[in-house]
Amino acid sequence: MSGAMPVAIGNYLALSSIIFFIGVAGVLLRRNPLIMLMSVELMWNAANLLFLAFARVWLNNAGHVFAFLVITVAAAEAAIGLAIIVTVFRTRANVDVDEVGALRG
Amino acid sequence: MIVLWWLVAIVLIATAVWTISARKPVYSVVALLTHFLALAVSYIMLSAEFLGVIQVVIYVGAILVLFVFVIALLSSGVGSFSVGPDKMKKAAWPAGIVTAIAFGLLAWKLGGAIASTPVTANISTVAGEAGAFGSVADFGKALFTTYLLPFEITAFVLMVAVIGVILLAGDQSVHAPSRERADRVAREMREAIVRGGEE
Repeated sequence: MSGAMPVAIGNYLALSSIIFFIGVAGVLLRRNPLIMLMSVELMWNAANLLFLAFARVWLNNAGHVFAFLVITVAAAEAAIGLAIIVTVFRTRANVDVDEVGALRG
Repeated sequence: MIVLWWLVAIVLIATAVWTISARKPVYSVVALLTHFLALAVSYIMLSAEFLGVIQVVIYVGAILVLFVFVIALLSSGVGSFSVGPDKMKKAAWPAGIVTAIAFGLLAWKLGGAIASTPVTANISTVAGEAGAFGSVADFGKALFTTYLLPFEITAFVLMVAVIGVILLAGDQSVHAPSRERADRVAREMREAIVRGGEE
C-alpha cells in the first residue's frame, strides 16, 4: 500500500514481542509436541513481522528477503519436526515429550 | 488504517493465546490459521504485498496442511493422543516468571532501538507499479542479485530437509542398514562408472 505507515514502529515492536513470548510460553507450558511446534511457528512469524516492519521504516527490501528466507527455513523445520513426531509415535505409540527420554543419553 | 491495525493486532494476540491454550491440536491449527491470515493482512499493510501472498500460500497452504495431515495420521486408531494442557498448572509459575524476565529484558533493549529509528518515510510509488517498494519485481531483483548466495543456501537447506524427512518418516525397510545392500549399490555404481568410461 502506498502512503504512510499505519502506526509507529514501537507498536510493531510491542506486538511482535508479545506474540514471540506467547510462543515461548507455549513451548514451556505445553507437552504436546505438535502444539510446541506450532508455538515455534508463532515465534518465527513474530520475528518476520518485525523484519517487515523495519524494512518498511528504512524503505529497504533486505528485510523482505530475510523474511522470505525465514519462511523457507520454517517450512523445513516444520517438515522435519513433524517427521520426527511421526517416527517417535510409530515406535512408541506415545507423543508426550516427557515420556520420550531416549535421547537423554 | 489505524483501526484496522488495532483490529489485526487484537486478532493476532487472541489467536496466538488460543493456539497455545487449545485443548486439542486441531483447534490449535484453526487458531494458527486465523493468526497467519491476520499476519498476511498486516504484511500487506506494511507494503510487503508479495510476502503477504507467500505467507498465505506457504504457511496456510503447505505447513498447516502438513500439521493437519500429521494430526489426522496420529489420531487414527489411538485414543490418548489429544492430551490437554497437561502440565500447565504445575509449570505455569516458573514458566511465567522466566517469560516475564525475558520479555522485560527485550523491552528494555528495544526502547533504545525505537529511539534510534528514523521517522518513517512515506512511500511515493503506487502499489502494483513496476519496481514499487515491496512489489514482486522489487523483491525478485533483490533476491536474485544482492542476496543470491543466501537464496542458494536456502535451496540447499530445503534439499537437506527433504532428504532428512524421507530418511526419518519414509519406509524403514528401504533404509535399514544392510551390508549386502550397500555392497550391491556400490558395485552397481562402480559398473556404471566403468561403462560410462568405455563409451
